[in-house]
Amino acid sequence: MKSLDDLKKIRDAAQSKVNMRGKNDGMRVLVGMATCGISAGARPVMNTFVEKIAENNIEKVTVTPVGCIGECAIEPIVEILEGDIRTTYCRVDVEAAERIVKEHIIGGKVVLDYVIGKYRL
Amino acid sequence: MNELSLHILDICQNSIKANADLIEITITENIDKNIFMIEITDNGHGMSKLTLSEVSDPFFTTRTTRKVGLGVSLFKMAAEMANGSCVLSSIVDIGTKVTAIFEHNHLDRAPLGAIEDSINILILNEREIEILYTHKYNNQIYIFDTREVKKVLDGIPFTDYNVIMWIKNNIKEGIKMIQEEESR
Repeated sequence: MKSLDDLKKIRDAAQSKVNMRGKNDGMRVLVGMATCGISAGARPVMNTFVEKIAENNIEKVTVTPVGCIGECAIEPIVEILEGDIRTTYCRVDVEAAERIVKEHIIGGKVVLDYVIGKYRL
Repeated sequence: MNELSLHILDICQNSIKANADLIEITITENIDKNIFMIEITDNGHGMSKLTLSEVSDPFFTTRTTRKVGLGVSLFKMAAEMANGSCVLSSIVDIGTKVTAIFEHNHLDRAPLGAIEDSINILILNEREIEILYTHKYNNQIYIFDTREVKKVLDGIPFTDYNVIMWIKNNIKEGIKMIQEEESR
């Protein structure tokens, strides 16, 4: 098991990198994490976003769990906010999350296969 | 929901909604007595007696985006399916406690599952909340406290990749260790 000493090493390494991010500037990824989202599989989706973004050292992107927006049938819903631009993805699974990180967050191109308009409610 | 850790994540969202800044999650596994117990205690704004009597009704919710609220009802159902029960108590301005008891070896008792994933999501909530996770397995005990971790981190965010991995590993291995220790 990794001990608190290991955590101290991680802290010291991170301090030398000096890439403390501001909280709400830049892109925001909102993952629906209410009962509907959780039972549709939002937990692994959110963890994929968090891990992929951290792994690729992408700065100024925050991933946040949010409540339900009332379209429970098409959960897991993920919204990406960039300034005034809002992209809503629905029925996101781990595979879709990986694509969104790669193509949208890194590549800057909306992944049309999963945007909300593609599905009939 | 096929893992109890998903229910825990769901119930804790209620605590966050209630403005709690400390959530205590305690798992007690007692093999001899055949008990699996989950206790979730928060210091949120609590509920009135009337609200408390309504929360396990699936058609009760405080939200406005939809007409049903299934979180507590599903958790209760999961407990009752495993020959157990789910009890809520709450005091306004003090907090709320949810206690669910399951028969440990009941066929319909869902596994705890990836509790480290649930805790990780709770930590990343916008409103910073402290999590005290205690896991008891017979006489062994494992504790994870975000306040302790924060002290060591000294300002390094929880979103750092190595920190995320450390937390997940610590919880996963910590629980495994107490279970192995006990079965020796």
